[in-house]
Amino acid sequence: MSTGHVVVVGGSLGGLRAAEQLRAAGHDGPVTVVGEEPWLPYNRPPLSKEVLADPGDHDPARLHAGIAFRRRASVEDVEFRVGRRVVSADLARRALALDDGTALTYDGLVVATGLRARRLAVPGPTEGRHVVRTLDDACALRAAIADASQVVVVGAGFVGCETAASLHTLGLPVTVVHPEAVAFEPALGREVGAAIQRHLEAAGITFVSGVGVAAYAGVGAVAGVLLDDGRTLEASLVVEAVGSACNTEWLEGNGLDLSDGVLTDNDLRVVGAQRVVAVGDVSRFPNPLFGPDLGARPRRVEHWSMPTDTAKRAAATLVADLAGTPGPDTPFAPTPSFWSDLLDLRLQAYGSPALGSELRLEEGDLARLGDGAVVTYHHDGALVGVLAVNIPPARLRALRDRFAAPVAVH
Amino acid sequence: MKITVDMAKCEDHGQCAIAAPVAFRMNDDGKLEHDGEVDDAYLDEVEEAADVCPVQAILIGA
Repeated sequence: MSTGHVVVVGGSLGGLRAAEQLRAAGHDGPVTVVGEEPWLPYNRPPLSKEVLADPGDHDPARLHAGIAFRRRASVEDVEFRVGRRVVSADLARRALALDDGTALTYDGLVVATGLRARRLAVPGPTEGRHVVRTLDDACALRAAIADASQVVVVGAGFVGCETAASLHTLGLPVTVVHPEAVAFEPALGREVGAAIQRHLEAAGITFVSGVGVAAYAGVGAVAGVLLDDGRTLEASLVVEAVGSACNTEWLEGNGLDLSDGVLTDNDLRVVGAQRVVAVGDVSRFPNPLFGPDLGARPRRVEHWSMPTDTAKRAAATLVADLAGTPGPDTPFAPTPSFWSDLLDLRLQAYGSPALGSELRLEEGDLARLGDGAVVTYHHDGALVGVLAVNIPPARLRALRDRFAAPVAVH
Repeated sequence: MKITVDMAKCEDHGQCAIAAPVAFRMNDDGKLEHDGEVDDAYLDEVEEAADVCPVQAILIGA
């Protein structure tokens, strides 16, 4: 079945999986993947963990080889144009403009442009300030570690705390500054966040909670962090882990809802466009896994499992739309999943703990997280998330399978 | 099909055992055990297991 030329914009996990799943769904026409980074698709989670663990080597090509995704044989003939950015799209004409002045036309389009790291907009020197989103970011950070004497990490979410843990393990003094009352508060709730923060503090990482950054001090390079409560923290190296922004500017002018990523229907079709689907953490879709109320509200999910899950569904949808045949007829209700390694803690979550309005400690003691704990998150009486800390992996399937069968929202 | 796991990369996350219990199991010590050869009928499951491996340690058909 040939269904024309499909262009995938975005060359990370979502872009790769989209290409593989287009082939799996029967698309045998040409596929072009355009990726802004100069690298073939690679796995990002190690950037804040394994990649920082051995700062001696910062040759990006060698680091890339260690985390590059294997590509299925089915995508051998897919063209990966790396180091190229799509600057604008005319969806009515099915035409894309690239940053080298060339144009690309398509019959079907996959939006997989993901997110970029936010940076703090505060006064002060820019040298010595790092983010951790891309391989090049991680290489720059690795190169800076050798001369660092005091690290400040801004932000206490997953990227911030994992980076703090990795740098602490290297023997660097690390302080985490963040505006919430406790680490991980938005993602995991106050009680669990407090317990994880206490665990990291007991290991020697300092937290300064409930304050923001007002400015950076220093001449030429960062020497300190000025907090908005008037204090100053000494810092020779700063990592900003303050969230991300959606890469959707290239889609502007087409009448799409880009208020938070790209709005799609439950089959990942971009609302307001024809033969366009969106995958990964940039797609905002309803997920009936979370019931008729919460599940009907389109949400973006930034967990690592999402590009793979959404690519599978989006490819099936796009191939059917291109062929003019009916698409999948069951609700798309993926179970989000994420993990985090923080010193001796392994967190594994299913569902979306962030949606929980009530939390139950089912097993273990939050004061002794290292010994294992299971926490469930609920909303209106329904289970919306499970968090396991240091629980044997043989038990994870049972935890994941506790989510009820979804209710259709069509 | 043949299945290879790079045990130097494997961190015993156990996601493969959820996706493809036919090929992957976590033992009582929390360590991965897997079959080196699985019937081709299970290709979809095994491919999913390779996709969801957080450290991308699973190689199919090599």
